[in-house]
Amino acid sequence: MTQLALVIDLNVCVGCHACVTSCKEWNTSGQAGPMVDQNAYGEDPTGTFFNRVQSFEIGTYPQTETVHFPKSCLHCEEPPCVPVCPTGASYKREQDGIVLVDYDKCIGCAYCSWACPYGAREMDAQQRVMKKCTLCVDRIYDEALPENERKPACVMSCPTSARLFGDVHDENSDVSKAIRERAGYQLMPEWGTKPANHYLPRRKTEITIHPDELERADNPLSKEERKQHNAPSSDPSLDDMTSW
Amino acid sequence: MHPPFSMVFLTTLIGAGQGLFLALFTGQVFSQFKLLQAHDSQFFVIGTAISILLLCMGLFAAFFHLGRPERAWRSATRWKTSWLSREIIALPAALGAVALYGLAHFLGYTEPLMITAGGTQIDLTLLLGLLATIAVYLLFICTGMIYAGIKFLQEWHTPLTVINYILLGTASGFTIATALAAYFATEESSLVPFYATWAIIFTFLALITRSAALIRNRFFIKPKSDMRSAIGINHKNIKQIAQGSMGGSFNTREYFHGKSAGFVNTMKIVFLVMVFAIPLVLLVLTFNLSGLIIPLVAVAVQYLGLMVERWVFFADANHPQNLYYQQIS
Ligand code: SF4
Ligand code: SF4
Repeated sequence: MTQLALVIDLNVCVGCHACVTSCKEWNTSGQAGPMVDQNAYGEDPTGTFFNRVQSFEIGTYPQTETVHFPKSCLHCEEPPCVPVCPTGASYKREQDGIVLVDYDKCIGCAYCSWACPYGAREMDAQQRVMKKCTLCVDRIYDEALPENERKPACVMSCPTSARLFGDVHDENSDVSKAIRERAGYQLMPEWGTKPANHYLPRRKTEITIHPDELERADNPLSKEERKQHNAPSSDPSLDDMTSW
Repeated sequence: MHPPFSMVFLTTLIGAGQGLFLALFTGQVFSQFKLLQAHDSQFFVIGTAISILLLCMGLFAAFFHLGRPERAWRSATRWKTSWLSREIIALPAALGAVALYGLAHFLGYTEPLMITAGGTQIDLTLLLGLLATIAVYLLFICTGMIYAGIKFLQEWHTPLTVINYILLGTASGFTIATALAAYFATEESSLVPFYATWAIIFTFLALITRSAALIRNRFFIKPKSDMRSAIGINHKNIKQIAQGSMGGSFNTREYFHGKSAGFVNTMKIVFLVMVFAIPLVLLVLTFNLSGLIIPLVAVAVQYLGLMVERWVFFADANHPQNLYYQQIS
């Protein structure tokens, strides 16, 4: 069975919010839209987002590291938000494991959001129905798009390729390999929700540099070389006159 | 959690309505088995009317909770998995059963259908009352399970939640029945001591179980999730520096009550006094002092106290998603 999901590489995410912006742009004008903003330029701006990038500081100053942490619906394999819905508006698709809300059935009771430990669901203040990440279900199967663009908008936009998209049940997919080889993990595993989305941890990137690698023996830019070249030349052609 | 006022009204109103019906039916059963003097039949008619009114007001409040109330009928479809759906079926069912019970009393269907060996008369009102009792208990269980069934809210995820909904509702219903009995009391006969005794018993039981829940939530809950499992980074010192928006969001509005811990603690004392202490004293007083005023004050104080209690019930619950929303920036 297919289970589509995102794998987010915390090692390369720079917290630029490109995924947040492109998610909002795609979805507000798509099937799931509009994602309403209120008081956008006022004192207390608020709005619906499927995806948010949060930042955390880890360690004790000055030994701290900043981790940027994108969070959206994790499309849990055991989604606790689905059985509690009284209308059946929340459901998990058999064919690809995407958890969706049917906006025409939702009564806006917010009960499903209480049953999601990740705070991934947001009530749209204007449409008054529950909204959440759709994994861009209206993009990924759209045959009008070139094949390499049939991915969620956030994945398309990430400048550091921190977001991978694929089938986590196919052990040969890029996402499965990334999870396997780069210690992919799930959020709050203690609740047994089995999130489909995974995160790749921070890795220390270290290289060893030897002193002789720092200075090139025949560096044409070295002071000695430049002195030699800057000495007045007797050659007539201009080319030979060139000096650094 | 942010206490939604619609839910505070819904749960306290239907709780009192259900409790009042249970009180009426208890009275009728005692009378029928000749353990208590007979009731004026008007007592049941007016009592059920009040009970129905309370249930309807609760139902009305519930609509304010929905973003799309016009689609509310859809919510009865997932009763196989959702306690909320079950409640939405159980509430009109209980309402209907109580109404039938009241109607039977109103139309005077009290001819005995059969007489047991002991001489007890079984009539239609008794059978309908039995049916309504079952419906009322099912409704209590559904209401309680809506909250107790969410494992992420550890403060609610306990049988105490259901027990408290039952006992608090029953207690407030019996207090109303005491006031009603005071209204119907005459020089020669008064049912006030009967209802007051039961009201005291249920209020006292509720005091024990509600206090147990307060103590459990205060001292015995260990949050299952922490920052480490929330973002999956194994370090003791994790501090949020941005939550992804500079203003608020649904996540900051729905799950935080926005009051200080001191305020919540004060409210706990307020409700303990208003739901339990004052009504218990007043109910004891009704044994010696007749009149409508004392039980009516007990009803009013206890109901207002229950609203505070329900507010605390919500405010006390800590959602794990709050881990992701600790600092705006
Ligand atoms: S992350 Fe939340 S909303 Fe998404 S499937 Fe899991 S429980 Fe449901
Ligand atoms: S808010 Fe909508 S999707 Fe969520 S439980 Fe209620 S009806 Fe279902």
